[in-house]
This record gives sequence, structure tokens and C-alpha cells, in this order.
Amino acid sequence: MGRNRETLLREFHQARWDEEFIMEMSVPGERGVLVPRAEEGIRAEIGDGLTMIPEGLRRKEPPALPEVGQMRVLRHFMRLSQETLGADVAIDIGEGTCTMKYSPKVQEHLAARHPGITEIHPLQDDDSIQGILEIYYKMEQFLKEISGLDHFSLQPSSGSQAIYANACVIRAYHAARGDNDRNEIITTIFSHPVDAAAPATAGYKVITLMPGENGYPELEAMKEALSERTAGIFITNPEDTGIYNPSIDEYVRAAHQAGALCVYDQANANGLLGIARAKEAGFDLCHFNIHKTFSAPHGCMGPAMGAMGATSELGGFLPVPRVEFDGKRYYLDCDRPESIGRVRSFFGNAPLALKAYAWIMQHGADGLREAAELSVLNNNYLFEKIKEIPGVVVKYAEGKRRLEQVRFSWEKLMEDTGVGTDDVERRMIDFGLQPYFQSHHPHVVPEPFTPEPCESYSKDDIDEFVAVMRQISTEAYENPELVKQAPHKAPIHNIPVPIVFAPEEFATTWRQYKKLKGFE
Amino acid sequence: MKKIGVIVNPIAGIGGRVGLKGSDGAEILRRARELGARPESPGRAVEGLRIVAGAGDGIEILTYPGEMGEEECREAGLDPTVIGSIESGETSAEDTERAAAEMVDAGVSLILFAGGDGTARNICDAIGERAPVLGIPAGVKIHSAAYAVTPRSAGEVAIRFLEGSLGNTRMAEVMDIDEEAFREGVVAAKLYGYLLVPEERRLLQNVKTGGIQWERQALRGIAEDVIVGMEADDCYYAVGPGTTPRALMETLGLENTLLGVDLIRNRKLVANDVTESRLLEIVAESRARIVVTVIGGQGHVFGRGNQQLSPRVIRRVGRENIVIIATKEKLISLSDRPLLVDTGDEALNRELSGYMKVTTGYRDYVMCKVGY
Repeated sequence: MGRNRETLLREFHQARWDEEFIMEMSVPGERGVLVPRAEEGIRAEIGDGLTMIPEGLRRKEPPALPEVGQMRVLRHFMRLSQETLGADVAIDIGEGTCTMKYSPKVQEHLAARHPGITEIHPLQDDDSIQGILEIYYKMEQFLKEISGLDHFSLQPSSGSQAIYANACVIRAYHAARGDNDRNEIITTIFSHPVDAAAPATAGYKVITLMPGENGYPELEAMKEALSERTAGIFITNPEDTGIYNPSIDEYVRAAHQAGALCVYDQANANGLLGIARAKEAGFDLCHFNIHKTFSAPHGCMGPAMGAMGATSELGGFLPVPRVEFDGKRYYLDCDRPESIGRVRSFFGNAPLALKAYAWIMQHGADGLREAAELSVLNNNYLFEKIKEIPGVVVKYAEGKRRLEQVRFSWEKLMEDTGVGTDDVERRMIDFGLQPYFQSHHPHVVPEPFTPEPCESYSKDDIDEFVAVMRQISTEAYENPELVKQAPHKAPIHNIPVPIVFAPEEFATTWRQYKKLKGFE
Repeated sequence: MKKIGVIVNPIAGIGGRVGLKGSDGAEILRRARELGARPESPGRAVEGLRIVAGAGDGIEILTYPGEMGEEECREAGLDPTVIGSIESGETSAEDTERAAAEMVDAGVSLILFAGGDGTARNICDAIGERAPVLGIPAGVKIHSAAYAVTPRSAGEVAIRFLEGSLGNTRMAEVMDIDEEAFREGVVAAKLYGYLLVPEERRLLQNVKTGGIQWERQALRGIAEDVIVGMEADDCYYAVGPGTTPRALMETLGLENTLLGVDLIRNRKLVANDVTESRLLEIVAESRARIVVTVIGGQGHVFGRGNQQLSPRVIRRVGRENIVIIATKEKLISLSDRPLLVDTGDEALNRELSGYMKVTTGYRDYVMCKVGY
């Protein structure tokens, strides 16, 4: 038994529990934890606790929470976890742009159990949280060295928020110089979509550049878009295609000549650590997704960290509070008159700073560079293997290597067999692989998929991933229906096509769900 | 029970394999047959119809006799109701038109037709937007967006549409090229009209969007952006043909001409469907802007369906006053090819080429290369 040594394919089958929603498991009166009654002295001091809450803020009725005992709660979530794939159980090479690297469990252990992080509160006096402040301060020094920029803030709690905050810095910078006519931002179609969305949210018009033959926009396109109305450019490099623009400094220079600031979206900097820096390319601002490149796990649209960096000229505009060190003690500094203010409460998601700090300390400078080199090596090995698979097409820059990821296309497979990327993605699950990431929107590359085999994965992991892709391609040519009806070995078989796009068809709360299904 | 109509243009595609670039006209047809050509459409129609047959009994099929659908339906395993009459071996465009009209009168939910651009044009003439249709690609020339990517996908989309899982329809351009010119090596596609097709993202090659709602929002955003930019002075706006400019007119609550140029000023209608000479009169005396979209699969902004916007008109208005509007999806569907200008004036084409900013949403633009 075990994975077939010849084919590298697994006889996988996932659990199917037919599990109900936790709301449906509720039994009135059932409890997971019986909270002990407060001691006499405490009750005498604060009463029942509720009456201290102002009348207007108090609920009239208790919230409709599920009432479920501990054992059933545990069972429920264990079952759901068995119906889920992810980096801890499946090879997660497919999630390109996300950098699904292994996050050493020691980091998780520290963040979840060390009282220096679990028992502290951001409103404590600085003197009593010197440990985490020191980690913040040192993280900032690391990121300064890695990017070459002069100041960092770890406050934004996502990459998107960091980009938004960078757009706010640009606005504040031009305003401080009395230049209020700049209302345009330039980005590229293969930069992360938030490089367009966040500046738009900050009030800017957005001009997008399309790729030229090299896969990235021609310098001429950038120059045509630049004007006295350009406030800044937001650009990813390498872009989503994995193609690195080697003359990025010329783009930056052109933008500077037009009076614009330049923001380097380094959300995923995994192919660049210790090799190329924002500073040498001339950028004024940048950001790193700590939950990608620096191994603090992804927060699933929740608790993440987008560390934003700035040159010395722009440092004063970063969010407050900043963490400072006077040679003896670390402290929070809010006295920054030019600052754009807070973009988040307190000083960000502290556990992520701890995990990333631990990861960097485990690697050292040489280790970071090695991680980048391995991720590029892994990717180019995968690139060579995948592009030989029938049905796969690689757009742009033929014969050129990619950095840490590649945007492939199943366009030919679709034409030949009617099997597209949605189908392949669903079929992957039958072999025990985490479904891949296709592409950001809009899909410029047709029938796309974007793997990223970062430094964590072995040659054997990559070979297994390639074997599955090759197998699915063969199936598509021989028996397309097998692929189109997939998954066959997953907890759910009838995945709707086309998938739900309309917001009114989403249900993110139990109340919405009941309404949608006509239960109430 | 859902009813669908099936029409096969039995000679579509006959010219392709023997290099005749199309099958329009009796003489070409005769030459094609002499060259031993066999029509492509019956086989491709059967391929699509097999998918429909595989969906089970819940669908009633209405079709025309013999080679215009009956034979193909039976070969695919369907049991159709046959209406109308034809002279076998001598069918023509009129038969296609009559079949489409009769099927609409019989209340079909969808017409599935196999053919090429000429067939789409005939259907467009016969029924316009009275019922949804979907093309099984079988012709030599396929420029019309009314066709599915492959015969199989036509069958799949048809079934999903009938099941109700694709509730919406969208307007698809009917393009046709002048076959005479095409045989001389000149591709001159024209915007002929619009057909109603099921909304299905895979129908549009290379394009993946959030569906019709997304597109509606994008169109609304484009319209708002142009409207905000309209100065409240004497500037005229010549709004070209197509569904994207129409969204602008509709947002302003104005009557419009889908296939013509409308003239507005201060957000009010001046005239519908104006001619080149009228436009010349206007631009000779007043400031004006031109609003055009990308027409057809090749990416034309001038020279396809908007010839009223002649070189003289364009020169007078000036490059800086041309507003190109298009959804990002439309631009992406050009697969990295530049936008095209074919004004008929080589020097002007050259002046218009280079980079232009296309409005793709509210305060949202894409730099596009323009070529000729």
C-alpha cells in the first residue's frame, strides 16, 4: 500500500461526515464550559458585571449562540478539518502568489502558549511589554536591511491594508507639498488587483498598463500614462506571471521625473530575499506580507500583517504608534505630526511579528538568501516539467526563466478536450492535492493556474504534483467526463458550475443562510 | 416542457477546406462542390446535438426537414417535431430565415443553429432579438459572438440555459465580412446587428468575468465616468455604435441607435443616427468629442460599423478628444493584440496609433496600444 512508486499517484479518499451546522447541533441548556461564580469580594465590588454596562449598550435578549458541550464541539471541528485540505495535510504547491511555505510549529507553540505574548494587552504600560516591543523594533531593523528602506510600520493587518496605507502616505506627501492636483495612480494588470483597488478606495483614479511581449508593460506605455496628475505608481515585480522586469529602475526613474512616488508591492518577496531590494530599484515605499514571505501563516482574510516600509523622506508619514528604542528601553511613539494616523487599533497583530521574528532568527541572513534561491530553483524545475504536459501553454517571454511562480494556461487542453482549469482544479482533490490557485481577476491568461513551489517543498513533492497534473491531462484527452465530473473522492461531489458570484447568493451568517434557504 | 428550435445551414463551411473562404452565393457553392467539398455543418451540428440528446427527455425539439435539421437531430438520437418544407439540395438563406421566424412563432425558448457568419446574419434578419439563439460553429468565417467555442460547448450551454441555471441573456455582435473582399485577401468585417444569446462566461473565449451583473456594473461605471467628464458647455458628443456606448445613452435616459452615431450636447439628445455630413457641419463650428467602443473580435475602434466617423470628422475633432470606452473583459479578449484603426486614411491611421487611454470603469482606465 501507499503511494504508487512508479506513478507517484495516491489512492486517496477524503472523509465525508455529512456534518450539520453547529447552529443545528444546539441543545437548549447544554454548555461547554460552566463559568465559576465570582468570589464574594469581587461580586461586592462589581456586582453581577452586567449592570456596569450602560443601559443602551445592553442586549435585551441573549445572543442566539449554539449551545453545545465540549466533546461535541471538538468532534464537530475535527470532522470539518477532515473534510478540509491544506498545507498541513496536502502538498500545497498550487497556491501561487500566496507562498504556502512550511511554518515551523515551534513558532505556533510560542505564539499560542508563551505568557509573554498570550498574557499581555496593548493597553499595558510600555515598561511591562518590553519583550514584544523589542521584537517589533528588531523586526523593523530586519525589514530595513531586507528592503534597503529606512522606516517600517508593522501596524497594517493585511497586505491590502498596507497598500491602502501606502496610498494614504502618497496623498499626505503631495498634500504636505501643497500639490493637490495629483489624482491618478498607475499600476499593471499583473500586479496584485489591490494595487488598483486600494488606491481607488483612497480616492484615486487608476490607470492600468497591459503586458507587452516580455510579459510586463513596455516602458513607453508607462511614459504615456505618466503626467502631472500622476500621484504614484503601484507595481509588483516579479508580477503574477513570475516574470521579473529587469529594467524596473527605468520605470521608477520615469515616474520620479513626472513627480510621482513609487510603491513596490512586495507582498510575495520570496524569490528576492537577500538578492534584490526596493532601495536599489529606487522605490520610495514598499510592503511585505509577513504571512507569506516570512512564514507567519495566512489568516484566511483575517489576522495577517502587512509591514509597510518608507524612505527617510517619507518615514514621518507612516502610521502611529511607532516602536522606538532610546538605548535602554523600548517605547511607543505617537508624536508624529505628519503621520497618516492609525490604520488599525493598537499596534497590529503582535503574534505575527513574533512568528516572523522567530523565522528570521532561525534562518539568518544566509538562510533567507538560500530560501529565495531554493524557491527559484524549485520553480524552474517545476516550470520545465509542467510545460511538457499536453494541453499546457505558457504565455509571454518564451525561453525566459521565471522567478518564484509561473502562470500557466490550460487553453490548449480546453480547445482539444473541453476540459478547463476549473475541471482540473476539482480533479486534483481526488489525488489528495490542495486545489490550486488559478489567477487574480480579470483572467488575462485564459484557463490559468499558478503554482508556486517555494523552498519548503522537496523534489519528491514537486514530482508528485507534476505527476498529478500529467495524469489529469491524460484523463482529459482519454475520458474528459471523468475530469469534468470531479471530484469523486472528496466530501462534496456536486460543486456548482458556474460558481456563485452574485453577492445576494452568499450567506456569511446563520441568519442570512436561513433567509436564503427560506427557513424564516 | 421546454421547446428548442434546431436549424442547420447544410452548406455552411463547405468552402473552407477547399480554400474558397466562405460559402455565400450559388456560384461559389457550385465551385466548392466541383472541388469535391463536403459541408462541415451536418457533422458539427450532430456533435452539439448529441449533448442535447444526452440530457434526457425533458426537451421538445422543433426542426426543419431533411438536411436542415431533421437528419442531424435523428443521427444525434433526438426525436424532433418537423415543421415547414424545403427543396432538398436547393436550400437557401430564405429557408433559414423562414425557419427561424416560424420557430419563434411556435414559442421556442432557444434556437440552436449550425452555420457561420452568414447564417447568424440571416437569423438576425429574421428574428432580431425576439428569442435567444446560440450558434454551433460550423462556418468558414466565425466573427460573430453568437457562437459557442465548440459544438459540444454549444450543446452544454443550451442545456444549462434550458435548465434555468443560466437565467440571463446578453447581446452578441453579429459580424460579417464581405466574402468578395475576403477572397481578394482583404478582411473587412462589418457590424451587422445583434442577437440575444444565453449568458455564459465560457461562450466568450479567453474571458472570465463575474457574469452579466458584473458587466452591467462595469458598463454603468464607464457611463458615469464619461458623464462626469462632460463639460456643461457647448461640447458635442458623437456617440458611436455598440452596446457599450448604448449603456452611456441609457444612463443619460436618451433614445439611441445601436448601429448608428447619436449626437448629444449638455447631456441632451441633439439627433439620432447622424450622417457624416451632419457631423462635419457640427464639428466645423463647435468643439466635439467622439465616444467609440471596440467593435468585433479584431479590436476595431474606427472603420467597423462607424464609418460616419470619417477621417475628416476625426481630424477635426482631434485625437485628444476621442474617448474610447470598453470593459476590461473586452480588451482582454483581444489577447494582447492592439486596438485597430481603419479609417481609410493611412496618414490618419498613423497619427491615431500609439498608446491611448481606454475608459474601463468609473475612474478606471487601461492604456492600450493602437495599431492599424
